[in-house]
Amino acid sequence: MRDQGSGEGLDAAAGHGDARPALPVWIGWLAASVPAVLALLFAGQVPAVAGGEPLRLSVDWVPSLEVRLSFLLDGLSLTFALLISGIGAFVLLYSGAYLGGHPQLGRYYLYLLTFMAAMLGLVLADNLITLFVFWELTTLTSYLLVGFDHASAKARRAALQALLVTGAGGLALLAGLILLGVAAGSFEISEIVASGDLLREHSLYLPILVLVLLGAFTKSAQVPFHFWLPNAMAAPTPGSAYLHSATMVKAGIYLLARLHPALSGTEAWIWSLTIFGAVTAVWASVLALRQTDLKLVLAYTTVMALGTLTMFLGAEATVAVAAAMTFLIVHSFYKAALFLIVGIVDHRTGTRELGRLGGLARAMPVTAAAAALAAFSMAGFPPFLGFIGKELKYEGALAIASEPLLVASAAVLANALMVAVAAIVAVRPFFGPRPAMPKPPREASLRMWIGPLFLAVLGLSFGLAPSLLADLFVQPGVTAILGRPEEVKLALWHGINLPLMLSLLTFALGVGIYAVHQRLRAALAAAEARLPLTADRAWDRLLDGLKTLAAVQTRVLQNGRLTNYLLVVFVTLALALAGSFLVFRDALQLPAAAPGLLPREWGLLGLIAAGALLAAGTRSRLAAISALGVVGVGIALLFVSFGAPDLAITQLLVETLVVILLAVLMVRLPGFGAVASGGVWTRRRDAVVALALGAVVTAVLLAVVAAPFDRDVTAFFEAASLPEAFGRNIVNVILVDFRALDTFGEVAVVMVAALSAFALLRGGAGRGAPK
Amino acid sequence: METALAVLVGILVATSVYLMLARNVLKFLIGLVLLSNAANLTIFTAGRATRAAPPLIPEGLDAPAGVVANALPQALVLTAIVIGFGLLAFALVLVYRGYLALGTLDSEAMREAEPEVGPGARSGAGSGAGGGPAA
Repeated sequence: MRDQGSGEGLDAAAGHGDARPALPVWIGWLAASVPAVLALLFAGQVPAVAGGEPLRLSVDWVPSLEVRLSFLLDGLSLTFALLISGIGAFVLLYSGAYLGGHPQLGRYYLYLLTFMAAMLGLVLADNLITLFVFWELTTLTSYLLVGFDHASAKARRAALQALLVTGAGGLALLAGLILLGVAAGSFEISEIVASGDLLREHSLYLPILVLVLLGAFTKSAQVPFHFWLPNAMAAPTPGSAYLHSATMVKAGIYLLARLHPALSGTEAWIWSLTIFGAVTAVWASVLALRQTDLKLVLAYTTVMALGTLTMFLGAEATVAVAAAMTFLIVHSFYKAALFLIVGIVDHRTGTRELGRLGGLARAMPVTAAAAALAAFSMAGFPPFLGFIGKELKYEGALAIASEPLLVASAAVLANALMVAVAAIVAVRPFFGPRPAMPKPPREASLRMWIGPLFLAVLGLSFGLAPSLLADLFVQPGVTAILGRPEEVKLALWHGINLPLMLSLLTFALGVGIYAVHQRLRAALAAAEARLPLTADRAWDRLLDGLKTLAAVQTRVLQNGRLTNYLLVVFVTLALALAGSFLVFRDALQLPAAAPGLLPREWGLLGLIAAGALLAAGTRSRLAAISALGVVGVGIALLFVSFGAPDLAITQLLVETLVVILLAVLMVRLPGFGAVASGGVWTRRRDAVVALALGAVVTAVLLAVVAAPFDRDVTAFFEAASLPEAFGRNIVNVILVDFRALDTFGEVAVVMVAALSAFALLRGGAGRGAPK
Repeated sequence: METALAVLVGILVATSVYLMLARNVLKFLIGLVLLSNAANLTIFTAGRATRAAPPLIPEGLDAPAGVVANALPQALVLTAIVIGFGLLAFALVLVYRGYLALGTLDSEAMREAEPEVGPGARSGAGSGAGGGPAA
């Protein structure tokens, strides 16, 4: 744990050998100004959007696939866009100080900005495919951010784990989105959300829901996919603050909110979101208490917040959705602030271990103040925004008709643990006696503390002016999530009611937990050590299992025996062809009665069949070659009979050459008897495979011939042969004119074969002369 | 008559597969010849075998007079025959060369590139000498 704790910043810089000059500070300000300008632009749209006028922008991208680059700015996407760009500006500014002097700081800016662009595209997209493309881009860029410290095996593992888990979820999501688009008849999200009733009745509803939820749950780290998020803390702290407060992990939440009007309201939706959310919230709060690394504590509370949001999005009630929307904003403020504060502590003292920190308030007063403000909001004390969020959560939980008790108790438990965690994060490091730390603590620079302080103050000011937040963000957001106009009022004081009682209970519980948290942690650590399997270890086993499976499969399928390879190919082909008849049942038919064969043609057919059977059955090489000749000449005569003299000529020539070459070769090689044939049973098995493949090929050919014939292409060649290519032999014209490039390729193939054969023949005795 | 041709193609495929699954690479070669014949007949039959005049345009006309045989599959098959021959010629030489180098026609015994994997042995370990005489 210790090695993970100490500042990736300055120490890492020393580890890199290249002596590139450090980036000048103004580059950091420049980079931060990009999101800052964006945030201002988005803020300019707030009045219009809050007034109920969503903005749409649309450009054709791949019109044939109904993919449009269309964007929508409504209450939900605007809130997200503001959080992403606003927090992004502070994170970029902060990174410049945190990673100051790091040789790859420029790269880090690039990753952050790319990630931000992807995230903005994701929340603004109004087309399912556009959304998916940006979704995957956030996966890729977060891989780069988590694995930024690429010299560390731990960071690499965490990055790969995040990539694989969210990438796998992304694949499921793609399938779900395509089904959704097909079911709704449109890929434009604003059209899809209008057809919710149709979708809920649709036969594809359940597959769509399962696939979309898989995507959302992996991205938003719901149990059992939660394990990648704490591991992703291997990222430098500013990246973690950004990814895990308002952006990356909230993408899944955003998706659930965005598709809420289209998919919500069914039993399946309500129960899966409520249960997964509740389990995640409680389980993550418990795990948060167990950690000693400040950053991991925050990581698990993030998982808890994501679970809470999922749980509330499962509901239909306005107040529940308003609770989700408010908590989303509250959480972004205090979580980003706290992550950045932990980064400051780590940067300035060299450790994030709770046991080694204390009494920092005197040395770092600004940071301590910001931490206290953010922690009050997190714990939900009045008059902070967190208090309003929490009251609303309880009100929302009680309003959920189906299972108020489950949701309310999960919310109370999670919030009580949240109070304890807030105290652990904000009280323990800053107050009490000061132990010896790796570095003497000093106050951080302005670039570092401005972000957390601003966000923490925002949490306080919105708490004092809740109606502003309600009118500008929560109400438009709730309207977008529910797909119908809603009115939401937020207030600090609701009078003495059940939510207030629950709040008091929460504080009491939280303080109680804080009082005994060290003993609790020891007990939890002991319990965890006894767990037979954690999700993280299960992940390792899964990967090991995949590797073993790949090895076994390779040993079975690719065992170095030619006959085995061929057997696999032939059996697969036979099964694939036979399988196609299962799908297209009515294709299996005999062609309509056609003119019969003439007696001489029957004779030819019999001759060819007999030749083939003789070639397969004989033990004599000479007989086999002669039989081949019979087959070849028979086919040439068939060509003559069916109006293909050119083919007949070529076939005769080639067959003659084949027979001669084979005969010449045989003279130099031992007879068939020199190689033991496989056992009787092996050959019987081969015969079965051969007969099966022969039978399905016949069936496929019959089906092809029975289908109506389209002679368009041939008609074109017949009409164009003389006027355009000046040739009277249509076959020749096709070869040398219309498909001249193919013929050129054919000549090249023959030439390459001849050259290779020549090289093989004169390659000298080499290493392996006959033994 | 297409039914009869389809059955014939099935027989050719079955015999060629049976031959190609044999351990003797010479039999494999004979199977290869039969398989390319089967493939050519498949294309030909799928383009509808008609007992019609060859696809030629008589003097004085711009297009064939009356119904002629389908020219397109003929062109495809013509290419396929030649390529099949190229492939076979190369395979013949390869078999011959393989026999010179390894002293056997048994494909089971040709384990230079992918040697038998014993328990605990790592695949590819035996091919240290690398490459055949072709290299």
